[in-house]
Amino acid sequence: MAIVHVQGLCRSFRVSEKDPGLAGTLRHFLRRRVRTVEAVRDLHFTIEPGEMVGFLGPNGAGKTTTLKMLSGLLHPSGGRLEVAGHVPARREAEFLRRITLVMGQKQQLIWDLPPLDSLRVNAAVYGLDDREAARRISELAEMLELGEELHRPVRKLSLGQRMKAELMAALLHRPEVFFLDEPTLGLDVNAQAAMRRFLADYNRRHGATVLLTSHYMTDITALCPRVLLIHAGSLFHDGSLEQLTQRLAPRREVRLELADTLPDSAFSGYGEIESCSGRDVRLLVDRDRLTTVVGRLLADLPVLDLEVRDPPIEDIIGRLFRQGSIEQP
Amino acid sequence: MGSTSTIRRHARSIARFWSSSLAAEMEYQLNLLIEVAATLITLTGSLFTLSLFFGRGQQLGGWSWNAALVVLGIYTLLNGFSSTLLRPNLGNLVKQVQSGGLDFVLLKPMDSQIWLSLRTLSPWGLPEMVLGLALVVVGTIRSGAKPHTTALLTGGLMVLAGITILYSLWFVLAATSIWFVKIWNATEVLRSLLAAGQFPVSAYPPALRVVFSTILPVAFLTTVPAEAILGLASGGSLLAGLVLAGLSVVGSRALWRLALRHYTSASS
Repeated sequence: MAIVHVQGLCRSFRVSEKDPGLAGTLRHFLRRRVRTVEAVRDLHFTIEPGEMVGFLGPNGAGKTTTLKMLSGLLHPSGGRLEVAGHVPARREAEFLRRITLVMGQKQQLIWDLPPLDSLRVNAAVYGLDDREAARRISELAEMLELGEELHRPVRKLSLGQRMKAELMAALLHRPEVFFLDEPTLGLDVNAQAAMRRFLADYNRRHGATVLLTSHYMTDITALCPRVLLIHAGSLFHDGSLEQLTQRLAPRREVRLELADTLPDSAFSGYGEIESCSGRDVRLLVDRDRLTTVVGRLLADLPVLDLEVRDPPIEDIIGRLFRQGSIEQP
Repeated sequence: MGSTSTIRRHARSIARFWSSSLAAEMEYQLNLLIEVAATLITLTGSLFTLSLFFGRGQQLGGWSWNAALVVLGIYTLLNGFSSTLLRPNLGNLVKQVQSGGLDFVLLKPMDSQIWLSLRTLSPWGLPEMVLGLALVVVGTIRSGAKPHTTALLTGGLMVLAGITILYSLWFVLAATSIWFVKIWNATEVLRSLLAAGQFPVSAYPPALRVVFSTILPVAFLTTVPAEAILGLASGGSLLAGLVLAGLSVVGSRALWRLALRHYTSASS
């Protein structure tokens, strides 16, 4: 039975718009121009217990709005929503004990005090006795490789250490469902990798269900066998990342190293030229023509080396996001 | 989970809230010294103002100076209370709406109104509260009133009602930031309202007296509790004070629930 159940979810906001300059300001003050923006429209999906799901989409696609509705912070404008058997917007205590929302750009730790003080507060709020709280703190600290940092004021911690401590505060009550909104934002490569290891480890140990948004595709490829891609508030893809790649990138990249420099026109019959600099050439070739084209390239051109690969997922999705529109295949 | 354990959990959480806010205050030693000095200067100022009152033997709106001192004592107590709890917490509510920090409060299995109202304790209003209590005792004794237990209990209850009314008004104003995000500093509105309660309502011109007893509940903040302590309050005004306190709490909770339905959460 699904632990997250989303059916026809919608959310719209009324936003006021203002022209620049003094005249625009006066007009805005006297008569507001208000527009309704549909941040999420008719979204459907389910998530099974223990799944780790990546939630992708360009900025403004409705990811954060959806996460906030799933965690009960925002009331949906329409549709049905059920998480761990509860309607999130009712914010029942039993529901809130079973979920957590980590926001990479916001923090709940008390700035002037060591993380342990914030953890003590959270332990009391979630009704954990001191012994149980201490046990969980030491387990999380070990998993996140935090030690004496827990005794230092938060303001003195590095961004990576702070984010780890934020995770501790968010997970102390051992929630079953995690909603993670850009948890690795701004972290260096090592800190990102540590965060990913932790999430995978936590999921293994406690069977938690994870819905994760991230702009770092490595987070998604490392953690999420399944991805949901939303665009302009609607679901565009629900499946594996490979399926998404095939769907969005029906062509593969052929990299050639040639013995001589050739003009662009020499490659016109093989595929689209992605780049051509000196003796290194990259072509995009339709998947169904790949073997034929590779055979012809080897036969026709002075090829020293040839490599076939999928374009990086960042590029595919990045291109999609830049275009701002998706053509349904 | 039973209601007893919920209450115990809330009480334990509030104890940790307050211990962590005191710890945060003590993190900056120099600031702590400045705050102590500022508190002492404020108290000296208040005592100096009072000494001016003591030098005169007039009546104030039908109140003897000593009886009026009880009103002033309750005002000082409420002012200290607002510095200790209302200003730091409800001022913070507006900031939390602006920054999106309210999200973390709403994610916790705790009554969000209780959390927002009691999260921080600023110790700097506590000396003022002690001074207020002292003034009430001195004023009561010097006015010649011999309050019996019932009058003291009624007085205590009415002070609680006054605190409740002030809190609810403050909370309602702060909660409207959910809609307006940036509102004119609610703190100043309420402080002015409270300042009007420094003197017995009968000391004001008739028109203002009506306003303070009906439209703005100034009378119920200080005058009615003082009358109760001195054994001068009418049954009607006591009842009105209690009903108003009850209604204001219920109203503030209802408004908060409504506000949360409209909460749009600051964007990421």
